[in-house]
Amino acid sequence: MILTQFLILSAVLLALGVYGLLSRRNAVTVLLSVELMLAAVNINLVAFEAFWRSSIAAGQIFAIFVITVAAAEVGIGLAIILLIFRNRAEGNVDELDLMKW
Amino acid sequence: MVNGAPVAQGAGLVLAAGEGGASQLTEGGFFASTAWIMLVLPFVAFLGIVLFGRRMRKLGAELAVGAMAVNLAWASVLLVQNMSGGIYREFQFTIADIGEFAGRALSFELGFVVDGLSIMMYWVVAFVGLLVFIYAVGYMKGDVRVTWFFASLSLFAGSMLVLVGAPNLVQLIVGWEGVGLASYLLIGHYWEQKENSNAAIKAFLTNKVADVGLILGAILIGVSLGGFRFSTLAEAAAEHSGALETVAFAGGLLLFLGAMGKSAQFPLHVWLPDAMAGPTPVSALMHAATMVTAGIYLMARAFPLYQNMAAGARDWMLPIAVVTLLVLGLLALVADDLKKVLAYSTVSQLGYMMAAVAAGGYTAGLFHLFTHAFFKALLFLGAGSVIHAVHSNNMSDMGGLRKHMPVTFWTFVIGSVSLAGVIPLAGFWSKDEILATLNHEGYTAFMWMAVAGAFITAFYMTRAVCLTFLGTYRGSGHPHESPKSMTVPLVVLAVPSVAAGLFNIPGVSWGPIGNFTEWVGVRLTAMGDYHPTGVEWDLAAYGLAAAALGIGLGWLLFAREADSQPARDRLEIPVLYPLLRRKFFLDDLYLKGVVGPVKGPLARGVNFVNDYVLDGIINGAGATVAWLGRLVYGRLDQQGIDLVYNAAAGGTSGAGGKLRFLQTGKVQQYAGAFITGALLLAAAGLLFG
Repeated sequence: MILTQFLILSAVLLALGVYGLLSRRNAVTVLLSVELMLAAVNINLVAFEAFWRSSIAAGQIFAIFVITVAAAEVGIGLAIILLIFRNRAEGNVDELDLMKW
Repeated sequence: MVNGAPVAQGAGLVLAAGEGGASQLTEGGFFASTAWIMLVLPFVAFLGIVLFGRRMRKLGAELAVGAMAVNLAWASVLLVQNMSGGIYREFQFTIADIGEFAGRALSFELGFVVDGLSIMMYWVVAFVGLLVFIYAVGYMKGDVRVTWFFASLSLFAGSMLVLVGAPNLVQLIVGWEGVGLASYLLIGHYWEQKENSNAAIKAFLTNKVADVGLILGAILIGVSLGGFRFSTLAEAAAEHSGALETVAFAGGLLLFLGAMGKSAQFPLHVWLPDAMAGPTPVSALMHAATMVTAGIYLMARAFPLYQNMAAGARDWMLPIAVVTLLVLGLLALVADDLKKVLAYSTVSQLGYMMAAVAAGGYTAGLFHLFTHAFFKALLFLGAGSVIHAVHSNNMSDMGGLRKHMPVTFWTFVIGSVSLAGVIPLAGFWSKDEILATLNHEGYTAFMWMAVAGAFITAFYMTRAVCLTFLGTYRGSGHPHESPKSMTVPLVVLAVPSVAAGLFNIPGVSWGPIGNFTEWVGVRLTAMGDYHPTGVEWDLAAYGLAAAALGIGLGWLLFAREADSQPARDRLEIPVLYPLLRRKFFLDDLYLKGVVGPVKGPLARGVNFVNDYVLDGIINGAGATVAWLGRLVYGRLDQQGIDLVYNAAAGGTSGAGGKLRFLQTGKVQQYAGAFITGALLLAAAGLLFG
């Protein structure tokens, strides 16, 4: 099995995620980008697991953990975005600067 | 680990008081083997009331009354069984090992004991308790915290049952402290008024002083015997064990010190009159069946120790008891508060009981406890009924209540006459037996003092009845008879107040049920106390003459009509009256004799030394230090060190002012910085790692 192709796929996904995270203004798209980065991490984990054939399947287990945490994070993130939409009728992250100095 | 106590051992276990031949003790049936339920039930009721009481129709009172009713039924069955054949059952199991002392392993055991003494106490507590609880339903109607009141009452009765059911000293102490706690809660029931909460604290602390004696005594006896069990103690005392011999005097005296607190013996009686601050049902329960009888019970439970070995301790106990019965009886003569008259009377009667036990009259003391429980509960509940009607504790606000409250009046008179010791009411027989015991044991002088006490008793009770019920009404409002839930317990209590004495007429045994002497004589070992075989009419005549004199004199002085209530209370004898009104200056002694010198001259002396000697030194040193301090402050601190700090603070402040613009609040800028940082770290790892 060739590891490289998975790593390239993962790197591409991560780069896409980073780009989306930094450039998009819509909060939902930003969250999607974060999910993309997490997916890249998962691919890495499973790929290395399969490559070394570890007997304790640590990579797969970690991937499942990451998916769980991602689901929880998206739940909270969407809830926050929903509330912000409701209160300010806008969802652009560059306008949300409540926490500035 | 379960230690069911061996019971049927044959020869040692004979009916202690079996005059007509020794009969074997039995273990009793179902009700004896499950007697622990009586000990647990009030606590279950307590929890139930605390958790659910507020949602019940009677605010939890029904649980308290129900638990007591079951207990009374249970104790009644045991009482009847014990009448027809003695029951002895003891059960205890270890819940914790305390450790080893002097080569003996001690353990903390819980359990229960069922014998003549404890059955009598179970029954008295349940009987008086049930009537007081029923009475309290009427008395406390509409009160604040009714639910908590009944919870505390249950706790009170339950702790007392744990105490009287205790097969060892440790469990007795547990119940003892439980009673102390519950009494604190109940005396301070109306804690919004400062004096009530003070009274509660006073009761608790006075008892605590005495409890030190009890705890030390228990440790002393427990360690030297290798166990805290009363059965061990009784057997060791019966065979004059050497281990007990050395500690008998000290241990006996220490246990008595504990009993002095709970049973309010002079001079530790000071808490009891103040304890009247609690609601009247509490006073009735506390003074009749629980709390104050605990000390007498302890003396009776440990009686083999006193009878066989600690004769030296008894020589100390008897004078204290006789002083108590005389001195506190005198105080009852001048109190204006009706409940305080009864409170002093209780202490005086406790003196009788203690005197009997100290003189070696196990049965005589317990019999007086038994009869006193009925008529004193009756008197307190009657006083509560009066107070309920006139809304005052003071007899100067009463008078003429005979017409308004006939049931209360007649039952109160019955209680008073019984307490005064008029033949053939209950009080006469029990007091007569105490006189007979004192006389038989050779304490003739004390016997005469007890006769004098009987005169005082009759005198103050006549005064109380006259000032409360005769003459014209002097209070405000229109007094009325109390509701049924209050008068019915009065009538029920009047019956044993009249008739309970018949159970122990000297020399009379009521066929199959025997008499009181035989009932309470059912113990592990023989008590070996004195029982008069017939009525000693000369002693009875002294007692009766004293009672008649007291009633007659009281009638002459107080029954006449007069213009004002103070004029009716004709006791203002120049020297005696102020002395008595100030309670022999005992409270003053404690306050001024102990607290005063510390506060007064001693404090002033210390203050002088403080102001002129110590302060001179300190002021001089202080001035020097202050000058030095000013120097250091002005030159070194303000001009030297502060420069550095000011510079540092200014720098930080300025930097903060500039750098805070980094905090844009824009998430994407943060994320960008974060990712850049991560990339830089990764690059550094690749380059240098």
